Amino acid sequence: MPDSARNRHILVAAIGLLILFGLPVVVDLVTLLEISIYVVYAILGLSLGFIWGYGGILCFGQAAFFGLGAYTYAVTAINVGESTGPFLLAILLPLVFAALLGAMMFYGRISDVYMGVITLVVTLILFKFINSTANETWIVGKARLGGFNGIPAFPTLNVPGDPGALLDPEQFFYVAMVFLLLVYFGLHWLMTTRFGRVVVAIRENEVRAELLGYDIRLYKTAVFAIGGGIGGLAGALFANWGNFVSPGLFSLAQSATIIIWVIVGGLGTMIGPVVGAVLIQYITTLLGQQGVINNAFVLGGILVLFVLLLPKGLMPTLGQLLTRLRRAPRRPARRSAEQAEGGRDGH
Amino acid sequence: MDFVAVIILEVLYAIASLALISAGLAVVFGMMRVINLAHGEFLMLGGYAAIVSVRAGLNIYVAMLVVAPLVVGIIGLIIERCVIQFLYGRMLDTMLATWGLSLLLTGVVTMIFGNTTTGISTPIGGFAIGSYQASGYNIFIMLAGIAVIAVIFTVLKTTRLGLIARGAMQSADMASGLGHNPKRIYMVTFTLGAALSGLAGGILAPLTGLTPTSGGLYVSKAFITVISGGAAVVTGTVSSSALFGTLTQLTMLLSTPVWGDVAMLFAAIVLLRLLPRGITGRFFRRQV
Repeated sequence: MPDSARNRHILVAAIGLLILFGLPVVVDLVTLLEISIYVVYAILGLSLGFIWGYGGILCFGQAAFFGLGAYTYAVTAINVGESTGPFLLAILLPLVFAALLGAMMFYGRISDVYMGVITLVVTLILFKFINSTANETWIVGKARLGGFNGIPAFPTLNVPGDPGALLDPEQFFYVAMVFLLLVYFGLHWLMTTRFGRVVVAIRENEVRAELLGYDIRLYKTAVFAIGGGIGGLAGALFANWGNFVSPGLFSLAQSATIIIWVIVGGLGTMIGPVVGAVLIQYITTLLGQQGVINNAFVLGGILVLFVLLLPKGLMPTLGQLLTRLRRAPRRPARRSAEQAEGGRDGH
Repeated sequence: MDFVAVIILEVLYAIASLALISAGLAVVFGMMRVINLAHGEFLMLGGYAAIVSVRAGLNIYVAMLVVAPLVVGIIGLIIERCVIQFLYGRMLDTMLATWGLSLLLTGVVTMIFGNTTTGISTPIGGFAIGSYQASGYNIFIMLAGIAVIAVIFTVLKTTRLGLIARGAMQSADMASGLGHNPKRIYMVTFTLGAALSGLAGGILAPLTGLTPTSGGLYVSKAFITVISGGAAVVTGTVSSSALFGTLTQLTMLLSTPVWGDVAMLFAAIVLLRLLPRGITGRFFRRQV
């Protein structure tokens, strides 16, 4: 691992741990609850950041996995009465769903644009289906699906093995934050393995990777499945956060929001989607407090502007800017050394 | 017998309205390979343009058939100049930018008109087929659908403008070498596509109440119809409208509207899996 990457990991880990242990001490419970949802969204952002930024697969329906995770958790938690099994299932089901959907697309060799369409359409199907289940005949075990009303109450997270010991909001923050750190560093680790390197190779040049003998269909399906599973994890956490799930989780607006997080934060980085999710959600919260400027208007404008002017996103651009600033004064003296370094280190 | 007649009318209406909804998108996608995700919002804006001008005392047909396409055409022109022209050839970026535009337009309309439902009543009453009641306005929509498709076909196939446009799409360099400016052709095509969407939005406005988020209802249907149809503008739109219109309407009659939509979406996925380049990628390849 190059030095710069290791330093960055240490920095992120330090900030992460500082937030994990420091924040609950500093801020009050209401703020902590609000920050918890940013953490959940950051995980959701990472799920698409991985699929899109590393796998090169633009999924227009990441909300499908998010919603699926949330609904799976809610429905099974009502039936089972405790949270551990439902929580695992809420990761597993979207993962399997994504694997099947991915296999269908990648083994069919469907091109980028059509893949966008199919993922969009699948999300719409789920949205329409869930929206239409308000009727009392739609029951899974003990749980009513509730249609557009959503599912209002279900058992939230408890200590594994002890259904009576429910987590309070502060403990939920710890859980969410630990999951975020696990996902962040887990994905980073994954990218250093052989699997991760092949995935990036496929993103860079699909034909070349295939001619070298890698089964790109299998790799892409695997990436898609992992991203789906992480999306499901975010969904399960979201369901626990508000103790409420509704068809809006599957909506196109939700998918668009996730894409905006990733593109604003920065494609092809892990920290980008996290920063993007937190930043955009913060803006959304601020906008929600006033009644003049519409939220969709601002988010849409941001998306257009970023595609046109800053397609790389904030974090990579910021990184470039910083390196340029740091190097600029010493440039003449270190020119040759830098070039050698630049050739070796692709970051 | 009457029942069969009613069903046939319903199916024809479904096909015509799908063709109307998709026509603008088909022109833009088929000719320029631009997937405009703000297409639904163009329809929605057309609807609002029609409603506002009817409220202002304009004749409803003038409002639907003249004002709506004009207003949306101008909006389309502005959008092409400000956003789309920088993104030609970058299909995914175009999709993202137009998705942003769709949110932006929804936001603008929400700020102006508020998040409420507005609407106007249909100008044509119903008529009876035996013991069944049929809507006269549906007949109007069928005629409008046929007219729109016929106009697109005639323009593309028989006029000089259509010839130049088709040429520029096939080979921009060659068209440019022959003295036609491809950038201008793209601009005109996009504007005309937007105007078509506005027209469709105006014509469909009296059918349902309109909200700022109505675009979302149209965009998926239009999108699926056009993508499944493939690159040929007229043949593709007509064939996939016929396929999906029939399927949706029949499923709807057998169950509920929701399952009708689900059947359409599901059929689209299967179709794209089997024919990744759309219907006209496989059949009718040399058509317009």
